[in-house]
Amino acid sequence: MRVTFTANGKPVEADDVWEGESLLYVLRERVGLPGSKNACEQGECGSCTVYLDGTPVCSCLVAAGQVQGREVRTVEGLADESGLDPVQQAFIDAGAVQCGFCTPGLLVQTHDLLDRQPQPSDTDIREALSGNLCRCTGYEKIMDAVRLASARKCEKAGASE
Amino acid sequence: MEFLRPATWDEALAAKAEYPTALPISGGTDVMVEMNFDVHRPSAILDLNRITELSEWQIADDVVQLGASVPYTRIINELSGPLPGLALAAHTVGSPQIRNRGGVGGNLGGASPAGDAHPALLAAGRDVFVEVASQARGTRLIAIDDFYVGVKRNSMEKDELIRRVHIPVADGPQQFSKIGTRNAMVIAVCAFGFALHPKNGTVGTGIGSAAPTPRRAVEAEEYLAGVLAERGLWQSGDLLGTEVIQRFGELVKAAASPIDDVRGTAEYRRHSLAVMARRTLTWTWNDYSKQIRSAA
Repeated sequence: MRVTFTANGKPVEADDVWEGESLLYVLRERVGLPGSKNACEQGECGSCTVYLDGTPVCSCLVAAGQVQGREVRTVEGLADESGLDPVQQAFIDAGAVQCGFCTPGLLVQTHDLLDRQPQPSDTDIREALSGNLCRCTGYEKIMDAVRLASARKCEKAGASE
Repeated sequence: MEFLRPATWDEALAAKAEYPTALPISGGTDVMVEMNFDVHRPSAILDLNRITELSEWQIADDVVQLGASVPYTRIINELSGPLPGLALAAHTVGSPQIRNRGGVGGNLGGASPAGDAHPALLAAGRDVFVEVASQARGTRLIAIDDFYVGVKRNSMEKDELIRRVHIPVADGPQQFSKIGTRNAMVIAVCAFGFALHPKNGTVGTGIGSAAPTPRRAVEAEEYLAGVLAERGLWQSGDLLGTEVIQRFGELVKAAASPIDDVRGTAEYRRHSLAVMARRTLTWTWNDYSKQIRSAA
């Protein structure tokens, strides 16, 4: 079947999509957006997290046919012409990226958290990221990155007032 | 394989009538796992995402009519007042991403004994109904006590779809407790839902992951309701006493028929059910006592 949807603001079209195929497969293998990672394929790891109509979801658990006519925003859509998103910059500056496999999912999930809650508590952060697994090591640098992104975001908001 | 995308409820029923073996998908958090791992190759997938009414809820005559696809995130954010037990259970489902997609309809359709919503629905009382419909026979309400019939089997017919669940608005405190290895992404080792229903002087229980189906602890419910009535505790809000709490826990434990499996042993499940029963009873009764005292 053919599936058409919007990916990072641009219309995309995928042909010969198998009916049981996931959105993740379509993104990675059919429309050239391999940023979302394929690890567990059962919603356990969060590496494939994307926005679907503005809500973060595991793209491995969305059937391709379900996104017909809808809007998807992947990790590739976080940065704009002016550069990286503050969340991405904070992950680099805090050293929160090791092998990098879990990073795209963490970035999208953190992006959503800070949109809803610019100044989250540590508990809020842990809860928001509870569905994103990093197997390199502990999560402390990731926590640092989210706190840093939050601080910068609040600073920026304060400055523009 | 066909991919069916009905735009309305009537179209969905027509599609299900034409393809009775079609697998309904909404949040996809169970269905897509089976698809990705090739556990299941249905003849057709029936996508319900376009039917907006399935993602809506309303309250009429003190009953919440909860659309089958209302995601758990919205149950937590919007319904923790009228449905506190279900909202607590919803909070233990998967992860934020899973809660953004999954809903109660999928739990009921899958009818896994480990589904997190089931203990809360059972505890919410005997007036919880699953509204299902088919093109041929129209709408019917299935009482929650008649809904679960076997391991991953419910009492629906092949041509039926779940539209919504009718759940009475809570008239007393409710609790939910679940055992797992961590606080997220956990399939329950076992779970327990509990609710006080002061209006009709009953209590509700629901046991998860400790029997072939979700089930209530009938004797525990009857014992506790009897004690509360005999001793005038609904009116006084006085302490229950250790003996009552202990006995309630034992009766809940006795109602389970768990097995040993990869997530835990039968003995551990029985033990933890007694613990969860005592805890949830204590929490809810303390809340209820506070309400009585502050009203006095």
